[in-house]
Amino acid sequence: MLGEGILKGLAETAKNFAGSFVSKERMTTVEYPEERLPLPEASRNFPFLVYDGEDWEKGLRCVACQICEKECPPKCIYIEKSKDKKPDYVGKPQIYPTKFDIDISVCMSCQICVEVCPFEAIKMNTEFELATDDRFGGLLLDRKELARSNEYYHEIHPTEATEVDARLAGEKAKVEMKAKAAADAAAAKAAAAPATGTGAAVAAAKPAASTEAKAAPATKPEEMAKVPAAATAPVAETAPAAAKPVPGTGSDGPAPMTAEEKNKAETPAKPNEREPKV
Amino acid sequence: MIGRLDQIFVLLKHWLLGYLPESWQTPVGVIISVACIVGLYPALFAVTTVLERKGVGRIQNRLGPNRVGPYGILQPMADGIKSLTKEDIVPTSADAVVHFLAPIILVVTVFMGFAVLPMGRNMVLVDMDAGLLFYFAMGASTELSVFMAGWSSRNKYSLLGAMRAVAQMISYEVALLLSSVVVVMMSGSLSLVKIVEAQNHYSYGLPHWFIFTPWGCAAFIMYAIAGTAETNRSPFDLPEGESELVAGYHTEYSGFKFALFFLGEYVAMFSISALGSTLFLGGWMAPVSWLQVVPSWIWFFGKLFVSMCVFIWLRGTLPRLRQDQLMNFAWKFVLPMCLLNLFVAGLWRFMGEGWLRWVVCSAILILAYVSIGREGMRRKKFGPRNYRYAE
Repeated sequence: MLGEGILKGLAETAKNFAGSFVSKERMTTVEYPEERLPLPEASRNFPFLVYDGEDWEKGLRCVACQICEKECPPKCIYIEKSKDKKPDYVGKPQIYPTKFDIDISVCMSCQICVEVCPFEAIKMNTEFELATDDRFGGLLLDRKELARSNEYYHEIHPTEATEVDARLAGEKAKVEMKAKAAADAAAAKAAAAPATGTGAAVAAAKPAASTEAKAAPATKPEEMAKVPAAATAPVAETAPAAAKPVPGTGSDGPAPMTAEEKNKAETPAKPNEREPKV
Repeated sequence: MIGRLDQIFVLLKHWLLGYLPESWQTPVGVIISVACIVGLYPALFAVTTVLERKGVGRIQNRLGPNRVGPYGILQPMADGIKSLTKEDIVPTSADAVVHFLAPIILVVTVFMGFAVLPMGRNMVLVDMDAGLLFYFAMGASTELSVFMAGWSSRNKYSLLGAMRAVAQMISYEVALLLSSVVVVMMSGSLSLVKIVEAQNHYSYGLPHWFIFTPWGCAAFIMYAIAGTAETNRSPFDLPEGESELVAGYHTEYSGFKFALFFLGEYVAMFSISALGSTLFLGGWMAPVSWLQVVPSWIWFFGKLFVSMCVFIWLRGTLPRLRQDQLMNFAWKFVLPMCLLNLFVAGLWRFMGEGWLRWVVCSAILILAYVSIGREGMRRKKFGPRNYRYAE
């Protein structure tokens, strides 16, 4: 009969009206500034700079290679290189950014800077309450405002951060292993040089040095607390840039991939810089 | 004591007028009454806006506004300040005079309707013999202001909204009048005070409201439908359908003029509801005889409140109609039902007392409702259109 649907509809809305006073589960909205929903792990909006340790300035992973600056499509990153060097996470002296500005009013949150960074230094943040009454200065974030600790990174993107940590630890272990092997070789050479006459002593010393060098990589990964065994294995064998999985949501487009490849082609010397000069 | 409470506003006015010389009493009395009406209904409008926003929110399982003041009750003040301080923009190509006059005419004509509505025992501004006629004359002028607004804005959306509004309002004005005519037929008067008094008796403690008769019930339903359409309320809010017409006839209005349109719309809702309760729900009468101790104006405003709640409920429930559905409904369903109802009312009047007229009248109306609803409102199947001359 005519009007039946209207009555049904009225009953439904009446049910909703009454129910909204009774049950909290019915409510579809959240009282935002007081309550907030947890952000999904894949959420991201603007980049930030990761630092290790306590001091943000010392621990900044960025080495001012300016790849992100070059790759940034809307050109919202501005970097100035330092004249001096400071040691990075493997203890090798590196240049660092004296200036690292991101204009978030220009940034389009594409995550390309994150994908091209070979040093895991720039990551995507989840902070969204960035409103400011200063239209020009307030949206131009300098490196101090961009710096966030690795713990913070673990907090917002746990899975991704663990992967990154594992990769970095693997690299560090590799570097240390090489350094140790080189040192041992040098020591063996040094030991061998004066004792050329006494052949028996040399024969005893050489195997000892090589076994020591082999034992080092086996023990090193076990020392890293957070490192999953699976993550370290490929890292030890392949180059760091190739092993790096493309993180999160940006991996589906062709642009980040080409950017990464182009970057590799453009800066072939960059990864080599990280090798310790013995 | 009870009688005094019932008449408290009347007595208050007389006591105030007692301090004035004889010749001043009538004009000052009128001014006081007008001031009361003009002050009261905008206040009710403010309350209703927050009630509506909270009510519709609850219907959609939200909380509604809850930031300004405790539970958001001060929201209308914030809205009011906002609309008063906004810039008043008049389009360069608009007809400035007509553009300026349209909201004023709307508000004035809407308020004029309250002059003849009894808001309690002895509480009526003018007890006009042709009160109902005056009311409808005033109600029809809102169409004028709507069209003035749409036409003077020189904006296609405004004009389309105004066209729709006029088409809709004229169609439903017919139904509104015809559904009210049965009340005039039965009470024998156009005076709204007399119409209320015609319903003012009880049997077995229950009132003789016109809604409790077959023809009254049918007329009330038709009146409610036509009244909703007349005030451009959802689901008949095509003239301001924001999804297709920006905001309809008041697209080009901003600031205080827009607030006036908003006010006019709500006051028109109050006035249509007040007239509906006067015609069919016994006006200021108590729903049961032993509740007559409660002052009459409380009943009047209580009925007003209930009908506003129903308006809000409907708005939260029903989707907007399409233009052809709207027109079909007006001319193919509401109008035939109203015409039939005139006949039924006459039948009721001449069949005399007894149960037979209840059966006959109810049967006719229900039969008509079902059959017109089935046949007239059947969904039509249209094939692909063939254009003979334009290809």
